[in-house]
Amino acid sequence: MTPTPTIFAPLFIVATALFIWSCWKRLSLTALGKADDRLDNIGQRISDTLSYAFAQKRVLAKPSGLIHVAIFWCFLVLMVANTEFILHGLFPAINFAILPDSISMPLLQIIDVVSLITLLAVIAAAIRRLVAPPYPEARTFEAFFILFLIATLMLANFGVNAAKISRLQGANLNLFHHILPISSFFAAFVPAGTGKLVHDLSWWTHALVLLLFMNLLPLSKHFHIITAIPNVFLRRREHPPLPEREKFEAGNSFGINQVDGYTWKELLDSFSCTECGRCQMACPADQTRKPLNPRGVIAQLKHNLMANGPLLKQGQPATVPLIGEGDASISEEAIWSCTTCGACLQACPVFIEQMPKLIPLRRHLVEMESKFPEELLNLFENMEGRSNPWGIAPTERGKWAAQLGERPYEAGKSEYLFYVGCAGSFDARAKQITVATALLLDKAGVSWGMLGKDEKCCGDSLRRLGNEYVFDKLAKENVALFKERGIKKVIVQCPHCLTTLKNDYKQYGIELEVIHHSQLLLYLVQDGRLKLPKQADLGKLVYHDSCYLGRHNGIYDEPREALALATGAEPLEMPRNREDGFCCGAGGGRMWMEEFTGDRINLVRAAEALEQQPDTICTACPYCLTMLDDGIKDLKADKVQVKDIAEVMAEAVLR
Amino acid sequence: MLIVACIKQVPDTTQVKIDPVTNTLVREGIPFIMNPYDTHAMEAALQLKDQFGCRVAVLSMGPPNAEATLRKALSAGVDRAILLSDRVFGGADTLATSKVLAAAIAKLNDELEPVGLVICGKQTIDGDTAQVGPGIAVRLGYQQLTLVDKVEELDLAARKLVVSRKLEGRHERVQAPLPSMLTVVRELNRPRYPTVPMRLAAATAEVEVWDNSVLQLDPQTIGLKGSPTWVSKIFSPERDKGEIVGDGYADPEGTVDLLLGKLMEKDLLPL
Repeated sequence: MTPTPTIFAPLFIVATALFIWSCWKRLSLTALGKADDRLDNIGQRISDTLSYAFAQKRVLAKPSGLIHVAIFWCFLVLMVANTEFILHGLFPAINFAILPDSISMPLLQIIDVVSLITLLAVIAAAIRRLVAPPYPEARTFEAFFILFLIATLMLANFGVNAAKISRLQGANLNLFHHILPISSFFAAFVPAGTGKLVHDLSWWTHALVLLLFMNLLPLSKHFHIITAIPNVFLRRREHPPLPEREKFEAGNSFGINQVDGYTWKELLDSFSCTECGRCQMACPADQTRKPLNPRGVIAQLKHNLMANGPLLKQGQPATVPLIGEGDASISEEAIWSCTTCGACLQACPVFIEQMPKLIPLRRHLVEMESKFPEELLNLFENMEGRSNPWGIAPTERGKWAAQLGERPYEAGKSEYLFYVGCAGSFDARAKQITVATALLLDKAGVSWGMLGKDEKCCGDSLRRLGNEYVFDKLAKENVALFKERGIKKVIVQCPHCLTTLKNDYKQYGIELEVIHHSQLLLYLVQDGRLKLPKQADLGKLVYHDSCYLGRHNGIYDEPREALALATGAEPLEMPRNREDGFCCGAGGGRMWMEEFTGDRINLVRAAEALEQQPDTICTACPYCLTMLDDGIKDLKADKVQVKDIAEVMAEAVLR
Repeated sequence: MLIVACIKQVPDTTQVKIDPVTNTLVREGIPFIMNPYDTHAMEAALQLKDQFGCRVAVLSMGPPNAEATLRKALSAGVDRAILLSDRVFGGADTLATSKVLAAAIAKLNDELEPVGLVICGKQTIDGDTAQVGPGIAVRLGYQQLTLVDKVEELDLAARKLVVSRKLEGRHERVQAPLPSMLTVVRELNRPRYPTVPMRLAAATAEVEVWDNSVLQLDPQTIGLKGSPTWVSKIFSPERDKGEIVGDGYADPEGTVDLLLGKLMEKDLLPL
C-alpha cells in the first residue's frame, strides 16, 4: 500500500468533489437572502479581518481562547504541509525535497514542531471540554470526534516521518534528528524492519482522515473554518445595529416569518457559528433559564434554512415554520425573552448578529399577526394614544418642573433641549432624577429648555418590541417637531432616548447632537462650571452599566470619571462590567413585560451588585434604576440605596 | 346574519378638564378615542364573525370627525362602517340617539340582510347613562341583555343565544331568541390589536356616511328638538373628604409616622 496515485487520485477527486458539493449546497442557500451591501469601506474591513480573524482579538477575550489561537495558527502552517502531502500523493515526484534545502529544511522543522503544538492544543481542548465545558451541552460527540481526527492527523504525520527516520542511518539520521526532533522521538518506537509498513499505514491513515475531515467540515460546526474569516470581513460596520425602516404601503408584508426574509449575510451567519457558546454565557435570558439561547437561535436558523432552502430555491413555500417549536424554528417565548442588551453581539468572536435577527420576528408577530404577550396591548395603545407607556395624560408631561418653573425650549435662545423622556416625566422616582439634573444644569449656567406637554415618547420600546408602525409614526412626529423648533443639541437622562434620538432617528433624516447627562455633568465639572464644594458621602458605591449607554453607545468612562470626582473614589466594579456588563432585564421593551420563566434578571444583577457590599448602587438609566431598586427590595437589602448619577452629583454640588 | 356593533367616539376622559367658569368640557386639544366599552362590543361581534362567518357592521352617530373612530373599526376587521352624521342629529340625548341608531339598524335589516344581534358597550365614558343600548332594543322590539360578560352559546339554526350577565355579586345565565341587543362589560373579551395590513387597508376603505336624507326621520323627533333631557350644569365635585399626607419620597419614614398618627388619632386602626 505504498502511496500510489492510481488509488489516491480517484479518492481525492471524489472527496474533493463531495466537499465542494456540500459547501455549495449550503453556501448557495445564502443567495435566497435579501440584498445587503457588505463591501463598503474595504480598507477597514481588511484591517478588522486581520485583527479579529487572524489576530483573534475577540477569541482571546477568554483564557480558553489561547487554545483556539494555537490551533488556528498551526492550521495555517499545516495547510502548507497538507498541500505538499496531497501533491505528493497525486504526483509522487513532488515533495519538499524538490525545494532548496535552505527552504525545505526549516519548513520541515517548523511543521514538526507545529504538529506537536497542535497535538497538545487538541488534547488541551478535549480536556477543557471534558472538565470545564463552556456550556454543559458542549460535550457533543461531534466536538470530540473532530478533535480526535485532528490528533490522528498529527500522529499519522509523525508516523510517516518516524518511519522514514527509522530507516535512515549515519549522517542523514543525525541531520533528521536535528530537523525533525519530534518525529525522531517517535522513530524510536518503530520496531526494526517495520519501517515501510508503519510508513504506509501512517500515510494512508493521514490521507483518509484528511479527506474525511475535509468532508466533515461543511456538515458540522467546523464549517466555520471556511466561513468565519469571510464572516468577519463582511461584518456589519455601523454600530449600534439599527433595524431597517419599513415602508408602510398596502400590499407590503412586515417583519420576517420565513427564512428568506433575512439578508444573505444573516444567512451566512448561520453557517459561521462554531457553537462556542460565548453569546449564550453572556445572554441575560439564557443565564436566567429562559428559553432564549442566542447560539440556539443561530442553529435553528441554520436548520430552518437547510430544511426549507431547497424548496424556496424552486419557488415553493417553506414547510418548516421559522417561528414555532422544534430544532428548526425559533419559539415565540425565545423571541420575546430578548432584552436587546447586545451582549451576544459583543461576545461573538466572528461577529454573528444574533439579537438583530429577533427584531424582525417580533415585527412579524406584532404587525402581521397581532400576537404578543398580553401586557403589551396596554403599552401599545398607551403609546399610540397618549405617547407614553402608562397612558397618563400628555398634558401632565411638564409637571415635574412645577417647582422650578417650566422652561420652554426657545429656538435661538436655548442651547440645549432637555429631552426628559417618559420615565423622567411621569415615573415618581425618575422625576427626582429629572429635577436633580435640571438643578445641576441651572447651577452650571447651562442654557436649556424643555418641550413640556409637546414632548412625545421617543419610541424606543416600540421599536425593540417590533411595533415599527407606531414607532414610525412617533419618530416622524418627533423629527418634524425637532426640525420645526430648530433643535440641534439635546440632553437626555435616559440611554434609551439617547440611542433612539441619536442613532435611530438618523434614518429619519436628522442628525442630533445628543449628550447623556452622565457625560455632560462630567464635562461641566471638568470645565469648572460645576464646583464640588464637598464630596458626595454615599459610602461605597458600585456602578452598573446600562446596556444602551455602554454596549450600544460606548459610554463607559464618563460616568465612572464623574462618579470618581463626585465621591472622591473610583466606583466599585461588579465582575461583569463595561463591555461585559449584565443587563438589568428591562431593555428591548422587557420593562413592560412580566417575567414568568426562570430567575428574574434584575434579582441576579442586584445580587451581583450586593456582592460588592456597597452602600449605594449607581445607575445612569431610569429603567436600570427601577429594576435594581426592585431587586434590592426583593433581596431585603433595604439599607442599600439605588441612585442615579445625577443624584450622586447633586449630593456633591448642591447639598 | 348581520351583527351590528354600535360605537361612539368620545373624548379621552383621562385628559378632559372641566372649565370652571363655563361648566363645560374643555375639548380643545383633547384626543378622541373609541368608547372603551364599545371596543369590547366590536370585539364580541368580530369574534362571532370569526366563529360563525356572520357579517359585521359598525354604526356610529356623531360629527364628521368621528370617521377616524370608524376607520379604527375597519382596521379591526369589520365589513361595513357607517357614520350617521347630520346637523339635525346633533345635540341628541339618549332617547333621540337611540331613535336614529334604531332607524339605521332597521334599514340595514330591511335592505341588506337580517340583523341577528346588536351589540353595544354597557355605557359611554362621557355620558355614563347606559341608556342607548336598551333604547335601541325597545325601539326595535329586540330582547335586551345588558351587562353581558360571556356569550356562552349562539345557535343560528334555532335562532337563540345564551349569555352570562355580570350582576352585583352574582352572574345570571340567560337564554334569549334572536334578534337580541347586548350591552357588554370589559370582562367579555380582550379587543384585538389591528395588524398593519388591516390598518393600511382601512386607511383607504370607505366609511359610509348616512344623513337624514337616508333615514328620513321626522326632524322634530331627533337631535336637540327630539331630546327631552337638558344638561343644566356640569361640574367637578369638590373634594370633601381625604387629605394628602406628607411627602413619601422625600421622607418615607416620617410620612409613615405622620399617617399612622392621624389614623390612630381618629381611631381608625384596630389596635
